[in-house]
Amino acid sequence: MTAALDRPTSVSPESVSLPKRHYLNSGYTVRSWLFTTDHKRIALLYLVSITAFFVLGGIAATLVRLDLMTPQADLVRSETYNKLFTAHGVIMIFFFLVPSIPAVMGNFLVPLMLGARDLAFPRLNLLSWYVYMVGGVFTLYALLAGGVDTGWTFYAPYSSTYSNTYVMATAVGIFITGFSSILTGLNFIVTIHKMRAPGQVWFRLPLFIWSIYATSIIMVLGTPVLAITLVLVGLERLLGLGIFDPRLGGDPILFQHLFWFYSHPAVYIMILPSMGVVSEIIPCFCRKRPFGYEFIGFSSFAIAAFSFLVWGHHLFVSGQSIYAGLVFSMLSYLVAIPSAVKVFNWTATLHKGSISFDTPMLYALGFVGLFTMGGLTGLFVAALAVDVHVHDTYFIVAHFHYIMVGGAVMGYLGAIHFWWPKMTGRLYPEGWARLSAILIFVGFNLTFFPQYILGYLGMPRRYHIYPPEFQVLNVMSSAGASILGVGYLFPLTYLIWSLFYGKVASANPWRAAGLEWQTPSPPPTENFARTPVVRHEAYDYPAIDNQQVEEGLR
Amino acid sequence: MIDDGFRLMPEQASTLAPSVDLLYYFLLSVSTFFTVLIAVLIVYFSIKYRRGNQQVDRSKGEDHSLWLEVLWMVVPLLISMAIFAWGASLYYSEYRPPDDAIEIRGVGKQWMWKFQHPSGQREINDLHVPLGYPVKLTLISEDVIHSFFVPAFRTKRDVVPGRYTNCWFEATRTGTFHLFCAEYCGTNHSRMIGRVIVMEPAEYERWLANSNMQESPLAAGKRLYEEFRCVTCHRPEGATGRCPPLEGLFGRDVKLVDGTTVPADETYLRESILRPAAKVVAGFEPLMPSYEGQISEEQLIYLITYIKSLAKP
Ligand code: HEM
Ligand SMILES: [Cu+2]
Repeated sequence: MTAALDRPTSVSPESVSLPKRHYLNSGYTVRSWLFTTDHKRIALLYLVSITAFFVLGGIAATLVRLDLMTPQADLVRSETYNKLFTAHGVIMIFFFLVPSIPAVMGNFLVPLMLGARDLAFPRLNLLSWYVYMVGGVFTLYALLAGGVDTGWTFYAPYSSTYSNTYVMATAVGIFITGFSSILTGLNFIVTIHKMRAPGQVWFRLPLFIWSIYATSIIMVLGTPVLAITLVLVGLERLLGLGIFDPRLGGDPILFQHLFWFYSHPAVYIMILPSMGVVSEIIPCFCRKRPFGYEFIGFSSFAIAAFSFLVWGHHLFVSGQSIYAGLVFSMLSYLVAIPSAVKVFNWTATLHKGSISFDTPMLYALGFVGLFTMGGLTGLFVAALAVDVHVHDTYFIVAHFHYIMVGGAVMGYLGAIHFWWPKMTGRLYPEGWARLSAILIFVGFNLTFFPQYILGYLGMPRRYHIYPPEFQVLNVMSSAGASILGVGYLFPLTYLIWSLFYGKVASANPWRAAGLEWQTPSPPPTENFARTPVVRHEAYDYPAIDNQQVEEGLR
Repeated sequence: MIDDGFRLMPEQASTLAPSVDLLYYFLLSVSTFFTVLIAVLIVYFSIKYRRGNQQVDRSKGEDHSLWLEVLWMVVPLLISMAIFAWGASLYYSEYRPPDDAIEIRGVGKQWMWKFQHPSGQREINDLHVPLGYPVKLTLISEDVIHSFFVPAFRTKRDVVPGRYTNCWFEATRTGTFHLFCAEYCGTNHSRMIGRVIVMEPAEYERWLANSNMQESPLAAGKRLYEEFRCVTCHRPEGATGRCPPLEGLFGRDVKLVDGTTVPADETYLRESILRPAAKVVAGFEPLMPSYEGQISEEQLIYLITYIKSLAKP
């Protein structure tokens, strides 16, 4: 008989010990890690490398913020400043935000949530990590050897003709890394289609899977456009083809169209997975089904589809036709609707829930707050005449940091905390973890809220020196950044600590629904002893709790 | 005015500024309303339905509601369509200069702004304009993309190499205001700062008269037209028949050999001077030599000013 998993059994904490054999101790050699095809080990490889990139990007950000404490260029020269914000942007976008949740959490969770042994193409999965690393090392080399000063947007003709630094090497690095995205996306799509456990029909899938699926579609369809754009910049630099350089008959605005055709959808690669995470965490800590399951699921697809139609909202002041501006503005508002739907549904999930405030829940609620503020300011930048004023100012910097740092990073940290016991078999110190979640929330707002005001006052982005009247708000922002920085250092410390000294976790410490909790923590290499059969939808919290009440009475 | 300490809103110094701010305040209220709504609901539910609280009734906790879903899709849709229409109508007027505007030419270059007034006065990083008159800027870049940004006017326009872009404003306060480059343009991007100086019209006239007068763009264009020997082919009588006459050209639609038509705007004129073979007029051979590399952005502006003057009867 196959194990029927609709009624998980609770384990009393005293009886918990680490399983004898699991994926972490199935081999200790370096070789057993570097040649593994186990999706869980690959997820950890990604976790370590992505964290390293996050630290590097964070160091660059710290220097930028330190420099902006005063209106003059006190800390570094302009060349250096420009290289620093470019390094920060390139690393954070391409090597942290884009891969973070899909590559780490997606890799770890997709097969477990589907009741599968592994991804559809385990060796391809390992290859994606190598591709990511090769691209990363390439880019790091470029950033460290000479530095790039184009900004992460690489606008032509500055990048293609004027910038004499390591643009080519950086572009090659990003180009290579793009393939890792494409391969990961393909792997997820095939896995989700083909490897679901018996009984796991589409409407019984966890919302995290829906969001990863939508993300994968963007990765597969969008990334090639980025690759083509980078190739064109390369050809332009090497051969002087004149695609973007007006002196050779080219069009610099064409570059922006191509670039944003990838990069706008890319912001949804960064945020959709976080939305999926939040849709897992909130029901669990409310002991309730998510409100409007279908609407949350379908809104992921609506976002993915619309995201390809709005790139022109980055070009409102570029000289594109007024009518193009009108169309792109209207379409941008259509993307706002599915995002609003999600926020309302998460909030409604709290209603009549039985809410507890463990660390993952704090991150999830923080996510909802910050994402709401970031998304609502999207209304400002999509409103044509207001965008003309705030375009390329600190208002934009605040807007996308609320979405990408407030949203995507909060979701990522929430995910790490929620599934940490599953990944490592250990619990982290709850008090420290809650403290850091609060520090991050406070530090974040202090850092980025003043930037909205700065932007409306007119401070352009990418300014190394600025008029003195902007200083007060800049100092507030830098002060917030130091709190935020400390907030980030906490988890780095206590999570590593927990690996050695943390309490041993049970199979299901949160009493969560979802197949990944139906196997020991950490899971064995083959994930499940027997293929699970799914008889219920993904979030039957009332049933789990009722069953425990019954067991308690017995 | 530059330098008056801490504030939360930029100064309003153009006819556009109050209307943009009004939309901004509206957006601010809408987003404050929804932020507070979400925050209050989260805090209220969190306290009321916290796990420790056994007193509340949790029975019939719904997990879906069609009418709620429809409600919170339709209401944001209506609100956002209203914002769209409002923002769009402002944008539309913002980028359509009135016909009687004073036309000032600007060239962006790493890392400075160069302006020239219709009567010939030139200035660098400063832009003097009269109070209460619409001013139209025609902008182009000599190298990379820059962006002309005057926060006090709530206006911004990218300054792109290879094509002319426009913006216009009408100042409503005298004083000195920041002019920023908003599009990242290399090492000294943040030093590409200028000042817009708004003066009483009479004072502006005096300023024009006292600045060292130079040849007007029109006169310079006429001179260059002869110096570059354009005049050998493009004669008023169209005598040779080898090239299209330029009289009445500006603003018309031009038929090309490949059958398409293009409007003869400034960017078209510029391209036809630099790369005549790119768009050949129907009925003519591509005989014209290229002036690429021999002619500066400023000289192009003069020539185009002259050709535009030929269009007027
Ligand atoms: C899902 C969440 C969102 C993410 C991840 C996101 C992210 C971003 C990013 C990265 C930029 C880049 C700016 C730059 O480098 O120049 C941006 C700008 C922009 N976003 Fe969002 N955004 C989101 C939501 C929205 C929404 C809901 C709207 C519209 C209602 C919107 C409208 C815009 C517009 C119009 C710009 C361009 C502004 C400008 O360049 O002046 N965004 N966003
Ligand atoms: Cu510039």
